[in-house]
Amino acid sequence: MELSQELRITGVKINYLYVCERKLWLFDRGVCMEHTSDKVLLGKLIDEFSYPKEEKRRILIDDLICIDILDEEEIREIKYSDSLEEPNRMQILYYLYYLKKLGIYKKGILNYPKQRKREIVELTPEKEREVEDAIKRVEEVIKRETPPPVEKKKYCRKCAYFEFCFVSE
Amino acid sequence: MQKDLYIFSSGTIKRKENTIYFEPKEGEKKYFPIENISAIHLFGEVDINTKALNFFAQNNIIIHVYNYYGYYSGSYIPREKNVSGELLVKQVEHYLNKEERMYLAYSFVEGALFHMQRNLREYENTEEFIFKIKQELEKAGTCNDINELMGCEGRARDAYYDAFNVILKGKFLFEKREKRPPKNPINALISFGNSLTYSAVLSEIYKTQLNPTISYLHEPRERRFSLSLDISEIFKPLITDTIIFKLINNNMLKDEDFDQDVNYCYLSESGRKKFIKEFETKMDTTIKHRKLGRNVSYRFLIRLECYKLIKHLLKDEIYKPLKAWW
Repeated sequence: MELSQELRITGVKINYLYVCERKLWLFDRGVCMEHTSDKVLLGKLIDEFSYPKEEKRRILIDDLICIDILDEEEIREIKYSDSLEEPNRMQILYYLYYLKKLGIYKKGILNYPKQRKREIVELTPEKEREVEDAIKRVEEVIKRETPPPVEKKKYCRKCAYFEFCFVSE
Repeated sequence: MQKDLYIFSSGTIKRKENTIYFEPKEGEKKYFPIENISAIHLFGEVDINTKALNFFAQNNIIIHVYNYYGYYSGSYIPREKNVSGELLVKQVEHYLNKEERMYLAYSFVEGALFHMQRNLREYENTEEFIFKIKQELEKAGTCNDINELMGCEGRARDAYYDAFNVILKGKFLFEKREKRPPKNPINALISFGNSLTYSAVLSEIYKTQLNPTISYLHEPRERRFSLSLDISEIFKPLITDTIIFKLINNNMLKDEDFDQDVNYCYLSESGRKKFIKEFETKMDTTIKHRKLGRNVSYRFLIRLECYKLIKHLLKDEIYKPLKAWW
């Protein structure tokens, strides 16, 4: 399928686009800080130990997008916290969009096991346009020669890139 | 919290399920939870098998090996997972571009000389040495090539080491810096401390995407992880030397802490243990970072230096060496 040839965007990149463009740029260049973060580690553990009964876990499609849980009717994405709802929603919408291009129609569920909360996400024509727009924007950010400048956000201090971004001298 | 593990005795390191243990030739087995180890330093004669090495690789643990005399001799480094092709290209680009290289090389010298002066200011009667270092720093700013810059750095360091006799109040006489082999206690302390600093810097570089072989002040040709040497310059006065002043001025060292003969002097096992104890205390000491508004340890300051270098290479923010402000 041609889509996988032209689109080499992972779900994390769509997620990061909505979190922070600078983080997206650095992540794309392989300048990653995630391995240094205890929060990221917690997220991984939540992902690993929640829903032990589910069988189809961490499904890699086209060596590109990684779906946490794949069911008959739905795909599920497990997140540690719902504090960044919009990025999480766009990530799973992107997966739904990608699968649709492959001729697979599913529903999306965001799972927040720690908060005992779930959210159902569906791909509407409107959302589809939003995803297409996001893909274009990811490409634009990645094309930049230098990283987008630091932009202070309320969640910067919790980010794995915090020290990297804010250290100087 | 993760800690560096130092092993002095001889014995075997083995993996048992999801933990490792050290079994000395004589005595009890000791278990170490893998999550609590950041790096392992081997000073004794240690046997280790691939099962353990694989386990260390999985957990990203570096093993630094030191020879009989306590000199750094090499590291076992797990497969590099933090790779960034783009950053490597930029690192090389900054080496090949003469101006870019000089800027970074000068910055490392600037950081080093700043901390030398900072150390001397703590003591009386060191003005003339501070003055000499200052002069060399000024000259360093006008150098056209690396050799000239190295010359300035060398002369500044000579003045700095001359001041040691004033700082140490003649308790241990220090004539000149001799490395291979060190010929008196101070040289032994400097060599050992610099070895530890070097491997600590290497451990931090390894946690970033920087390539440790491409350097600016030192030549990458040196067949060592020369970027580690570059960054160490900034931290040697800040870490190694302050430990030496403390150990000597507080009379913490005894004859048996050195292993001496006519043409060499090394730290004995007891001496190394004393040094490492102070070294670890120093590395864990935290200061409130003025830009981050968060407490950071000396060890993390080294990582921050790597981050700043990455930012410089990516043309994000110009590199300025650490100048201890506290």
